[in-house]
Amino acid sequence: MSDLAAHTAHPPGFAHQFEDMAQQREAGSLGMWVFLVTEIMFFGGLFAGYAIYRSLHPAAFAIGSHLLEVQFGAVNTAVLICSSLTMAMAIRSAQTGSRRAAINYLLLTMLLGAAFIGIKLYFEWYHDWVEFLVPGIHFAIRPEWGAAGSQVPMFFCFYFFMTGLHALHMVVGIGILTVLTIMAARGRFSPEYYSPLEISGLYWHFVDIVWIFLFPLLYLIGGRYGVH
Amino acid sequence: MSEQTRHSHIVPVGVYVGVFLALLVLTGVTTGVAYIDLGPINTVAALAIAVCKMLLVVLFFMHVKYSAGLTRLVIVAGFFWLAILIALTLADEFTRRWTPDPNSWSVLMTAFSRLFGG
Repeated sequence: MSDLAAHTAHPPGFAHQFEDMAQQREAGSLGMWVFLVTEIMFFGGLFAGYAIYRSLHPAAFAIGSHLLEVQFGAVNTAVLICSSLTMAMAIRSAQTGSRRAAINYLLLTMLLGAAFIGIKLYFEWYHDWVEFLVPGIHFAIRPEWGAAGSQVPMFFCFYFFMTGLHALHMVVGIGILTVLTIMAARGRFSPEYYSPLEISGLYWHFVDIVWIFLFPLLYLIGGRYGVH
Repeated sequence: MSEQTRHSHIVPVGVYVGVFLALLVLTGVTTGVAYIDLGPINTVAALAIAVCKMLLVVLFFMHVKYSAGLTRLVIVAGFFWLAILIALTLADEFTRRWTPDPNSWSVLMTAFSRLFGG
């Protein structure tokens, strides 16, 4: 009985500067969101640059977009949405106190994240390299592009910087998930304390949102109906 | 510390699965719409669908529907700043060619010569 009382007074993971666990959770989420706002501005600069150059060179952006494989972009969107579901379920499992399920969902999230990067690297970036579509180091302007051809490298610059920065975030996310899985296996999380899962989940979902915008803006522009 | 505050809101599995399915359907819709000729509406439709998907993720997967007012304020402020970034950058870029090129110093020289010249 006294043991239970002590446990109630100091739940595991509770930091003493907070009133209670709810306040601690709120502070954690708020802090993470402040970081995510800086990330919004970070990616926002690229989106603003994209908007300007697409408006200046719409024909070149259409040509560039048509050179991307829509099916891989769409499949990767689905993979990321699945990984967001498994991430949300991992947090829910921690909330309901099922450690085994939390670990499984975390592993599944990592697997889906790795699948995304694998598809990107092998089916897309490698293919782009072979096709001479990597501006600056491995690019060939094709005669059939016509007058707009000289600006097509600009589209691929945005493509590689935006998807590259996104993929870098995915790699960081998989690293975070690895740490979380180890923490979960060691029994660090409970229905009262799961803040590392919650705020890492915010990060993972944010990366998903960036892709939700990148997919239509990179793969689906310039009148797909006119091609194939 | 009441039971209410100690345990946070647990979202039902059905809500997560529903959001997941809606996101998949919207991905299909955005891909399908790209193959239909709607003129400039194509871009608007793509962005509108992306915003819907973002709202689903933010509200349910990121628990903002159940989070504190202060957190929501920070998020809205973040997007407001993003809107400033994009709107002002594009306003500058799109209006640059509305006025004639002043052709550097020659404008000033012409003005001077008109004022003080013969």
